[in-house]
Amino acid sequence: MASSSEAATANSEGHAAEGAERRDFLKMVTLATAAVGVCAVAWPFIDSMNPAKDTIAAGSPIDVDLSQVAPGQQIVVLWREKPILLVNRPAEALKTLQSSAMINRLRDPDSRVLQQPPYADNWHRSVKPEWAVLVGICTHLGCLPQYFPNPSANTPVADWPGGYLCPCHGSKYDLAGRVWQGVPAPFNLPVPPYNFLDARTVRIGENPPNVTYSLNDIVQI
Amino acid sequence: MAELGLQENEFKNPVVHWIDARLPVFTAMHKEYRQFPTPKNFNYFWNFGALATVNLAIMIITGIFLAMNYNPSTAGAFDSVERIMRDVNWGWMIRYLHVVGASLFFVTVYVHIFRGLYYGSYKKPREMIWMLGVVLLLLLMATAFMGYVLPWGQMSFWGATVITNLFGAIPVVGHGIVTWLWGGFAVANPTLNRFFSLHYLLPFIIVGFLVLHIMALHTVGSNNPLGIDVKGPQDTLPFHPYYTVKDSVGVCVYLIVFAILVFFIPHQPLLMDPNNSIQANPLQTPSDIVPEWYFLPFYAILRSVPNKLGGVVLLFGSIFVLFFLPWLDTSPVRSCRFRPIMRWLWVLFVIDVFVLGYVGANRPVGIFILLGRIATVWYYIHMLIFLPLVGKLERPLPLPESISKSVLGGGALPSAAAARPMEKA
Ligand code: HEM
Ligand code: FES
Repeated sequence: MASSSEAATANSEGHAAEGAERRDFLKMVTLATAAVGVCAVAWPFIDSMNPAKDTIAAGSPIDVDLSQVAPGQQIVVLWREKPILLVNRPAEALKTLQSSAMINRLRDPDSRVLQQPPYADNWHRSVKPEWAVLVGICTHLGCLPQYFPNPSANTPVADWPGGYLCPCHGSKYDLAGRVWQGVPAPFNLPVPPYNFLDARTVRIGENPPNVTYSLNDIVQI
Repeated sequence: MAELGLQENEFKNPVVHWIDARLPVFTAMHKEYRQFPTPKNFNYFWNFGALATVNLAIMIITGIFLAMNYNPSTAGAFDSVERIMRDVNWGWMIRYLHVVGASLFFVTVYVHIFRGLYYGSYKKPREMIWMLGVVLLLLLMATAFMGYVLPWGQMSFWGATVITNLFGAIPVVGHGIVTWLWGGFAVANPTLNRFFSLHYLLPFIIVGFLVLHIMALHTVGSNNPLGIDVKGPQDTLPFHPYYTVKDSVGVCVYLIVFAILVFFIPHQPLLMDPNNSIQANPLQTPSDIVPEWYFLPFYAILRSVPNKLGGVVLLFGSIFVLFFLPWLDTSPVRSCRFRPIMRWLWVLFVIDVFVLGYVGANRPVGIFILLGRIATVWYYIHMLIFLPLVGKLERPLPLPESISKSVLGGGALPSAAAARPMEKA
């Protein structure tokens, strides 16, 4: 009798100690499983806010006819809901891009920051020097920089060499979309993927053969 | 009496008695809104919490009725708001109430916050009330921002573009976050849809946090203009009828102001930017993008830094620093009435915020750049240097012995005050 009750006590104590450990363990396993489950269920909801398939599909390449764009003129087309600037840059403008007076004002004159495809990594930031193709979205906070192509003593600001001025917080860019120093925008205007189908037609959204580049690769849209 | 676990109560009305025995909401209301011991010496600055609550109710009611006629798509939003203005019975009034209400909400909340700063209402034991208040401020800002996008005018679109792009400044993941916020490659239809969904949701989250804010308040009790502790029943009055009446006076004045704005000057540019009566155009930025007046000081901070990430960090920092205020201010004296240096620094701080607002409304050229930078630096110096340092250096004036002595003309008792180390720095 005595021995059996002793055994029972020992047994129940043993159970208690062992039970507590088991319980802690089970608690942790349950919590961990629940946490993983919550994350797994949360993900579809979070991901549902990313661009939908039709939104992405609507971003396929578009062709633009440049034959009517006169020297000095800019046209704007929408691609992936972003304004794409196409500029026919005259010879004087190209000279300004190379002048040391201009280059000294720029934050990144040599396009070191990845804001353009390899085929636009040159002084004119484009495939053909005369044709600028840029995403017209200020790299500061996304306003549309305004096109002031002509040098001027006072418009839009004093001693203006020609380029873009953002109305929102005053960022300035040259006609190759290179950003000035001392303005809030940190980077040059992005260059979208594009190639020329013939002398007068440009396809926006598609690289020349054998190049992979997309706006997702750049530092800052 | 207490049978079968029913809750005892003293309500005479049999229906009330029956309900309260099963769901003691009447007991709770009685305790929190009748008896609740409230310091005797409130001034009218203590009205603004109640005003903000009334304002929240107005926003939710007018919002629900606007939503019945609003069409959350880029193709239909602008026209549906015009239809509300012209064709829906009383639509113009409901919309103006909602628009003016948004501005007045910020007026009440900002006064409420500056009141807390002056009287040290964020200090122990009210840290939790204060931090929940900062959460409420952030939720209110998010709600107002998303609401402003809904009418899909030029300012809606470009404001949304600028603000969502702020997140692009975050290193590495910024680009992905912005695309995720937009649900596309720019602010567009998916963005408008989700903003409507969230704009409808957030006010109810605000209600939830407001309940917590009040629960924390009713746990530790209200502060008062003297900033000293309640020492006993002689220092307090029951909330009802004393403060229900005082709050009602404030609510009447406030509703008069509300009505004047709604019925006489709803198109005051501070309440409604004329650019927002032009439909959104993704191919044309308005010549000046200016946020609503209540965001101007923060906008000025953003613009005063010629570096994108830096501007964004200082912008968010200027609000998040408020969470740490209870620990940044080292003075044990709450009310600035007894803080000869801090009370003037408080005045300068208020002026500083107005200067920031003024700078935010102007183009960042010439003098405004310098002014914006000075005011931004001052904002941070106040928070991070003056509050910790002045609390240590300043010699506070003697505190009154108790609220009731001070109210009844007992005046300050310097010797008694000097003997209380807790209240004397
Ligand atoms: C915290 C409270 C709220 C604030 C601060 C707020 C703020 C705003 C603001 C600033 C606007 C833009 C007004 C304009 O220029 O037209 C707006 C629009 C709108 N809000 Fe709210 N709101 C609140 C609560 C609500 C609620 C609870 C609902 C719906 C249940 C709602 C529904 C709407 C709708 C449908 C619009 C678009 C119509 C319009 O532009 O007038 N709001 N809100
Ligand atoms: S968005 Fe262009 S300068 Fe800020």
